[in-house]
Amino acid sequence: MSEKSELLGEIIARHHHREGPLLPILNDVQAELGCVDAESEALIAKGLNLSRADVHGTVSFYHDYKIKADPRPVVQVCRAEACKARGVERIIDKATAAAGERVKIETVYCLGLCSAGPAARTGDDLHIRLDEAGITKLVENA
Amino acid sequence: MTIVRISDDALARAGGADKLAAAFEKKGCEVHRTSSWGMHWLEPLVEIDGEGFGPATLDDVDAILDGKSDKSIGTIEDHPFIATQTRITFKRAGKTRPLSLEDYEATGGWAGLKRARQIGSEAIVEEVKHSGLRGRGGAGFPTGIKWDTVMKAPGPQKYIVCNADEGDSGTFADRMAMEGDPFALIEGMAIAGEAVGANQGYIYLRSEYPDAIRKLNAALELCEDIITPFKCEVRVGAGAYVCGEETSLLNSLEGKRGEVRAKPPLPALEGFLGKPTVVNNVLSLQAVPHILTEGGAEQYKNAGFGRSRGTMPIQLAGNIKHGGLYEVGFGITLDDLVNKIGGGTASGRPVKAVQVGGPLGAYIHPDQFDIEFDYETYTAAEALIGHGGVTVFDDSADMLEMARFAMEFCSVESCGKCTPCRIGAVRGVEILDRIKAGGRERDVIELAPQMHNTKKDSGRDAGDEIGLLTDLCETMKFGSLCALGGFTPYPVMSALRQWPEDFTRNPELVKQALPEAAE
Ligand SMILES: Cc1cc2nc3c(=O)[nH]c(=O)nc-3n(C[C@H](O)[C@H](O)[C@H](O)COP(=O)(O)O)c2cc1C
Ligand code: SF4
Ligand code: FES
Repeated sequence: MSEKSELLGEIIARHHHREGPLLPILNDVQAELGCVDAESEALIAKGLNLSRADVHGTVSFYHDYKIKADPRPVVQVCRAEACKARGVERIIDKATAAAGERVKIETVYCLGLCSAGPAARTGDDLHIRLDEAGITKLVENA
Repeated sequence: MTIVRISDDALARAGGADKLAAAFEKKGCEVHRTSSWGMHWLEPLVEIDGEGFGPATLDDVDAILDGKSDKSIGTIEDHPFIATQTRITFKRAGKTRPLSLEDYEATGGWAGLKRARQIGSEAIVEEVKHSGLRGRGGAGFPTGIKWDTVMKAPGPQKYIVCNADEGDSGTFADRMAMEGDPFALIEGMAIAGEAVGANQGYIYLRSEYPDAIRKLNAALELCEDIITPFKCEVRVGAGAYVCGEETSLLNSLEGKRGEVRAKPPLPALEGFLGKPTVVNNVLSLQAVPHILTEGGAEQYKNAGFGRSRGTMPIQLAGNIKHGGLYEVGFGITLDDLVNKIGGGTASGRPVKAVQVGGPLGAYIHPDQFDIEFDYETYTAAEALIGHGGVTVFDDSADMLEMARFAMEFCSVESCGKCTPCRIGAVRGVEILDRIKAGGRERDVIELAPQMHNTKKDSGRDAGDEIGLLTDLCETMKFGSLCALGGFTPYPVMSALRQWPEDFTRNPELVKQALPEAAE
């Protein structure tokens, strides 16, 4: 058994008893492997006695699941209304420039920090009141 | 020893509260990490003996301890932002440690559940009905009536599902409630379970809220024995706005694509795994423990306005000087909210527009700021209270860009089930781009002699495109299955109607395309 199928077996066993186990499984796979690829889909389908189409249908619906892992660090920047009102569109170019090819800038819609935007997230860390200097530093340190 | 209180709310932490707490500890203080008062422009807020200092940085630590800080705001409870609120759902905000069972019990925790267990299911439902509580997730449906339906639905297995997907931009009350007072939400769910005969609950929580996920999981573990035989579990979403819609949420919970289901059947009768299910917003459930205390329902009902009873946790967001959480009885005007309490814009520039009710809510012009916060009043004005988010824009906002964003958001987040939304939103973005460009020339195909039906003139001007946009919005409004496609026209059309000068250099074109805007 490959390392991957072992890990997937473990994750599936962790959630198998739950009502509606698929999302908890996919969340863990995404977190641990950085993606839910075709091989993982097939293993999950087998483990839950679903068709691969069922699993792929679910995986492809949600923004959080990626088909391929991206090794780059990610900075998620909120570009929803309240952060727009606080000027995120005026600093986003600086972030993209600082990111270059090294860092991935991802757009998200709302981190619940709407009174103190522009807001961003790296891992489980949140950042508020970003200006040009702040977001540049954030990207550089990502 | 000096006791220093600093919030561990995600916003305070993002502002540096953890480092600040460590610095005070290093100075020999006892630091209590409490929930947030909700005065976000002052976070991180440091509290010593009731006096507040904020926004505090590491450089302020010594001065605060020496009593020489110029960041003092005086006694927090007397601050006008706090003193003018009616806090029921957020009665513990700023005052207790979120994961302390001791603090929770000392402030009346579990009293509602205890009493609920004594009076039994029909009496619980009666009290919730009496309180006038309406769903705070957006639709404003009376909670008691929903519970009544589930209570009377036959079946041995029923569920309580808490909708904690809070996807609306400009809203954060669910987040603050879950992070700041997690036991109250759990108690509310346990009471709901008692009312309808459900012993299993699920909290569907968006993945964008890592702190709330952590806190609720910890809280559930701590109070397992208290809520038993009721059991409850956190389920984390995977980044899809539409999963806040209740039927999409149920599909997602079952492990499916988050596609919206047609109603009927109502989730109350055929919900999670086809079983009778209560789906309620965090704030709806959070209000329940208070309502179930002796006399609580009557007290809740008395704070209110028209058919909107109780209090609404309003979220002041965007370009506003004093942003944060403001819980108040219904009926308050936007002028009071934005200008008096909110202090106008953070940038100091004039207010241009306010979007109430999240991404699907209409943009409201300062001319209409006398509108009173009430479900029916807003509906009559083609606006939306939704989840109570108020997002302020100053005069640098470009309303065409905001309209375009509304369409773009809908196209990204559409569940894809129905055409007006799935395709309409994409077309909406394209039309708005053409309006911005001032129209378009005829293309090669249109000009080909074989195309007998196409016009061979010089092209379509912005007015033609605006007419098309209006048509498209009509179609989306009436042809969409759920409010994502159905309400996206509100921000778009309200922006077009009230700020035509942002759409075209010749606002006359808008007037011609929109006859009702002519007067
Ligand atoms: C597109 C869309 C998104 C929604 N998002 C949320 C949400 O994030 N949170 C929520 O509580 N309700 C949301 N709702 C409303 C729910 O469908 C439902 O009305 C609500 O959860 C019922 O609970 P309540 O009666 O306590 O408000 C959304 C509705 C739509 C159409
Ligand atoms: S309106 Fe949009 S989100 Fe709602 S059901 Fe139709 S396609 Fe899905
Ligand atoms: S809109 Fe950016 S955090 Fe809410």
